[in-house]
Amino acid sequence: MSEEDDIILSELDDEELVQQMFDDLYDGLKEEIEEGVNILLERGWAPYDILTKALVGGMTIVGADFRDGILFVPEVLLAANAMKGGMFILKPLLAETGAPRVGKMVIGTVKGDIHDIGKNLVAMMMEGAGFEVVDLGINNPVENYLEAMEAEGPDIVGMSALLTTTMPYMKVVIDTMVEKGIRDDYIVLVGGAPLNEEFGKAIGADAYCRDAAVAVETAKEFVARKHNQMSA
Amino acid sequence: MSIPDDHTLTETGVTASGRGRILLIACGALAREILDLKAANGWQHMDLTCLPAQLHLYPDKITQAVRNSVAKHRTAYESIFVVYADCGTGGHLQAACKDMGVEMVSGPHCYSFFEGNEKFAKQSESEITTFYLTDFLVRQFDAFIVKPMGLDRHPELRDMYFGNYEKLVYQAQTEDPSLTKKAQAAAQRLGLKFERRFTGYGDLQTALDTL
Repeated sequence: MSEEDDIILSELDDEELVQQMFDDLYDGLKEEIEEGVNILLERGWAPYDILTKALVGGMTIVGADFRDGILFVPEVLLAANAMKGGMFILKPLLAETGAPRVGKMVIGTVKGDIHDIGKNLVAMMMEGAGFEVVDLGINNPVENYLEAMEAEGPDIVGMSALLTTTMPYMKVVIDTMVEKGIRDDYIVLVGGAPLNEEFGKAIGADAYCRDAAVAVETAKEFVARKHNQMSA
Repeated sequence: MSIPDDHTLTETGVTASGRGRILLIACGALAREILDLKAANGWQHMDLTCLPAQLHLYPDKITQAVRNSVAKHRTAYESIFVVYADCGTGGHLQAACKDMGVEMVSGPHCYSFFEGNEKFAKQSESEITTFYLTDFLVRQFDAFIVKPMGLDRHPELRDMYFGNYEKLVYQAQTEDPSLTKKAQAAAQRLGLKFERRFTGYGDLQTALDTL
């Protein structure tokens, strides 16, 4: 039996437990994360604190190590899956306890593209950061985005693409927004492996986000700016 | 020039022989196909160097690697032709080739030019849930798909990667029953339906034929 197998989560104090949850998240241990979340809930932690301090805190380390080339996609997916397990427990409780809402985002992979790993990571990290996320899924024509903007009234519209052949479709969506005179009503963020900052600018997006952590930071910054403008 | 083994093509690529007036700078995944075409057509005027095929795992490194190779060989040949498609570089490779004054194969990726860019573009809308493998990728399925995606260590990740796919199309460049069998096994492993489609060398042949 390894040393790690001997750790009894419920015997750790809060600080040690959160630290252990960082490690478990890093190692993609879903059951351990679920157990950790339940222990903290039993100890009276607010769901929002568990989310931000234990789960998002842990995923931030995963994100940084991915960016630095220490972790690779499979490990990030395992960590995301573990976080998802924790989020599944916390989500209904967050709604009940009136956790702060930073803003609302509609997100989807564009028409012709079925790749959703990056989009799902962004959606999860945005939720973790206090955004309400409406996930449109994959292969979205411009109509889907327009309907969601109308129905959901988001602050942010997020578009994702993995293929060189599908990324130009983002411009179709933005151009349609311009035509309809609604472009400036929303913050438009784009992302995906073949994209870059230059492309984001060229198609008229507000920003290109190279990974989920950057997406969260960029979204927060733009939403704060938008709120400041509105209150000015 | 003899055909290097797949491991060499993946890890290190192919060194130019120094013979010929046109240098092809190609992806290691295309070496066999190019050498086959060269032999079949007697294209003695072409020399070949290949960058490691594994660059495909990091598409953002392809453009700089091609730039370096062009700079290294420029003075030794009359002209250089880049045998890469866009390959996930988001237009950067094309811009770099234009900047360096060298031509390249057109198309988004090898699946497209093997099938024929025009045909591939036409059918792409009805095939968005299709995952493609070429001869090289069938032979190197473990090195390019299974290991980098961690499916050997974590088979439970399969549906996170391939859950939205429905079918695996094996684009066969050659008639080789053993590759078809491997491709079928790959489809089964990924939980996808299987189709074999003989493409031959498609637009790769057409492009090289004009040089």
